[in-house]
Amino acid sequence: MSQFDQFKLTFFEESDELLMDSSARASELDPESYDIEELHALFRAVHTIKAGAGAFKFTELAEFTHKFETFLDWLRDGKIALDEAGADLIVRGLDIVSDFMDAAKNEQTPDNAQAAEALVEIDAILNPDAAPAADAPEVDTEAGIFSEEDDAVGAPSAKIFRILFKPGRQLFQFANEPLLFIRELATFGELIVDVDESELPPLDKIEPEDSYLAWTFTLTTEKTSDDIAEVFEFVVDDATIEITEIGAASAPAGATEATESAEAAPEAASADAAAGAPAAKAAAGDKPQAADAGKKQGVTSIRVDLDRIDRLVNMVGELVITQAMITQQARDMAGDGRNQQQTMAEEELAAHTRELQDAVMAIRMQPVKSVFMRMPRLVRDLGRKLDKNVTLVMKGEQTEVDKTIVEELADPLTHMIRNSLDHGIEKPEDRVKAGKPEQAEIVLSAEHRHGKIVIQVTDDGRGIDRERVLSKAVEQGIVAEDANLSDEEIDNLIFAPGFSTAAEVTDVSGRGVGMDVVRRNIQNLGGRVIVQSTPGEGTRFMLTLPLTLAVLDGMVVAVGDQEYIIPLTSIIETVRPATKDIRRIDDNFDTFSMRGAYLRLLYLNRIFRVPGAIKDPSQGLVVVVDTETAGRVGVVVDELLGQQQVVIKSIDTNYQGVEGISGATILGSGRVSLILDLDGLAEMEAHPPVDDTPPASGSDPEPDPDPEPDPEPEIDPEPEAEPEPEMALEADYDVAPIVPSPNDTQTMGAEV
Amino acid sequence: MSQAAPQVETDEAAVSPEMDDTGVAAIAGGPADDQQQFVSFTVGAEEYGIDIMQVREIKGWTEVTALPNQPSYMRGVMNLRGVIVPIYDMRARFTQGMTDATATHVVIIGQVRDKTIGILVDAVSDILTVRDDQICPIPEVEQSENARFLEGMVTVNERMVAVMSLEKLIQKEAMDFGDVAADAA
Repeated sequence: MSQFDQFKLTFFEESDELLMDSSARASELDPESYDIEELHALFRAVHTIKAGAGAFKFTELAEFTHKFETFLDWLRDGKIALDEAGADLIVRGLDIVSDFMDAAKNEQTPDNAQAAEALVEIDAILNPDAAPAADAPEVDTEAGIFSEEDDAVGAPSAKIFRILFKPGRQLFQFANEPLLFIRELATFGELIVDVDESELPPLDKIEPEDSYLAWTFTLTTEKTSDDIAEVFEFVVDDATIEITEIGAASAPAGATEATESAEAAPEAASADAAAGAPAAKAAAGDKPQAADAGKKQGVTSIRVDLDRIDRLVNMVGELVITQAMITQQARDMAGDGRNQQQTMAEEELAAHTRELQDAVMAIRMQPVKSVFMRMPRLVRDLGRKLDKNVTLVMKGEQTEVDKTIVEELADPLTHMIRNSLDHGIEKPEDRVKAGKPEQAEIVLSAEHRHGKIVIQVTDDGRGIDRERVLSKAVEQGIVAEDANLSDEEIDNLIFAPGFSTAAEVTDVSGRGVGMDVVRRNIQNLGGRVIVQSTPGEGTRFMLTLPLTLAVLDGMVVAVGDQEYIIPLTSIIETVRPATKDIRRIDDNFDTFSMRGAYLRLLYLNRIFRVPGAIKDPSQGLVVVVDTETAGRVGVVVDELLGQQQVVIKSIDTNYQGVEGISGATILGSGRVSLILDLDGLAEMEAHPPVDDTPPASGSDPEPDPDPEPDPEPEIDPEPEAEPEPEMALEADYDVAPIVPSPNDTQTMGAEV
Repeated sequence: MSQAAPQVETDEAAVSPEMDDTGVAAIAGGPADDQQQFVSFTVGAEEYGIDIMQVREIKGWTEVTALPNQPSYMRGVMNLRGVIVPIYDMRARFTQGMTDATATHVVIIGQVRDKTIGILVDAVSDILTVRDDQICPIPEVEQSENARFLEGMVTVNERMVAVMSLEKLIQKEAMDFGDVAADAA
């Protein structure tokens, strides 16, 4: 990567941060009462981005940010007042900048339509009179990269053209002079010139009579493209000329703005030059600040590559396991006569390790604010679209949760808020009729509770119309007609796949994808979502999520000589059913009844072919779990061994996916334990490779419906005696590593 | 955390003129351009070799956690300093039944592409330095089950060593689930 690319990367990173921060500020901007500092900050951010955009030749971005910046500058100087439309324009402007940035990052051509539209609006604000401005032709040929011209005739039908002009090498030999074209174009309207000097050879190779430059012009004019083409009439044969219309501008630029624009050129060349930009009178006081904005933010935080943090998190995970192993071994070795000092040291080690783990996990923690701050915008836009008067109140934005979770929150929150706005909240007139304040309120809150994060979306709307939901669900075949559902069950029907009450599909909601997606996403994250509703008073969605995806609360269960981990969030309860409650439907399908409901039983020992397990559920235990696809099922295990927080590791990193297993973890004993994939298990049971006969029979008489061929059962006639754990550990060091030849020491030595 | 060992291509086609004439020997010392080094191990009476550059470490057998419904040669996974590593039983893989693993059995931890795997063998015997041209192809008659993982044969001090490919081992693993299970049954 060249140094230039490196700078560019830094520019992207910094701009992203600035944009994120700015979006937060912008969405909180209340025209009624705002802090002028907010506008200053917004101005500085846009200004910084503009400077970078110029330096890296992102022409469109530079152009847009330039206008945008002027707009912000006027706002903060009080030249124009901030109103709702203005606030909205700021938010949109930032989005457009963000789009431009994305396009620049991916080296794509940005979509100009929105930008053009916003520019028109900005222009309209900056030049309310749209007066024919005094013509001040000014072609900055000295700088060679910038020139600007006002349209003398302010007619509202101006268009924006992008003109690529790449003359052939012999341009000068044919007695042509590009400056003349530029000057002529400049008389057409507002012209922004960008020169591409990338073809310029080094000085010692340069042919003085050859032409190496190419230009990109952005011209705002009422002339047609034919008029423009005419300018290039004489060179059309030996030059590349492309004229594209990229947008419409209703109001031509005014004189003031023309001078302002002149600032862009020197700035584009160097951020420092910004301070000296001649036209930036109004902004002059803030310029140094603007240039420093990026640096100041660096004082309290540093940017660290996520990979490095992940590595740290992993290592600490290992450390925790190792610490547990050492403590365990020390205990086993010492027996009763334990050395007190040793014990104290172990305890201290344990405490420090835990603290270290917390500290490291905290690095990845981020406030949910970064997701929350996208929501006011959504509420504002949707409220307007649906003619509903809504305020969004946010609480606990500073609540922290693992970065991975934060990223996954945006979609579910969007869906829930959308749902509240669309279905929950009434039109203002209906609210008044119902004796409610005209303005509805949606409360978005986050808090930590029992080592989880709880996020709630509460509205004061009409609540869930249970009758309607139920009849729709029956209509859509989601529930049986004669089903007798509790209020709670009816409420939760909105999470059913394909369910929708909307009479017609709008772009807001009604497609019936939404709430089921919310539920699925949340469950994939190991969380839960429930809905509570009181008719006439409102609806509350409650999300409960783990604080991190890297660790999981699990229940360790024993099946035969194996141990498995069931994610705690899936477990409803654990029961030991009476024999009379168990009913065999067929060989592979047992049910048991629990409080009137019939649950399918999943025999882990049969699915996984584990020898020596308890076969009769009434002798063992049934763990009742919620699955996504198979509903509530009972997993038959021998016993529960305890609850443990485990670090999730994948099996397919080094092997391949294993059916019924979602991952692995390392227990305190140093042994690997497998985490169950309950949905996968439920599917396996549907085509079970049942083989619970003693392996001595040696043959598998059943035809196997499973497409996966019957693998050799790992069932040993005599299950291997497991070596004592400490023996196993010693064995690690019993075998000396082979001594590689000197040439290979480096490779080998690292791991041996 | 294990770092990927740099994979060095040793099978250079160019034959250097100053080829040493000691032939094949179990020597310590870097291989010349036209030589390869193998770690040799035994399974029962047979001796096999794998590319030394793929070998990360060698350790004693420790109890593994079985993976459900896998072929018999997949003994399960073990914890290698926090990494979950699958262990292949070479005896079972060569269709000679399961290894009755004890602490004196050896697990060779290897790196194939981006995967870290372990193979359970009886013992590690040697490091072999072999000239490229001394590796003979396996006769193409009737490809046997075992030959599928072999790249060639080499005779060292009158011992026949089969050069095994870890690459093929895990490839076959992913592809021929059925075959093997059927064989084993």
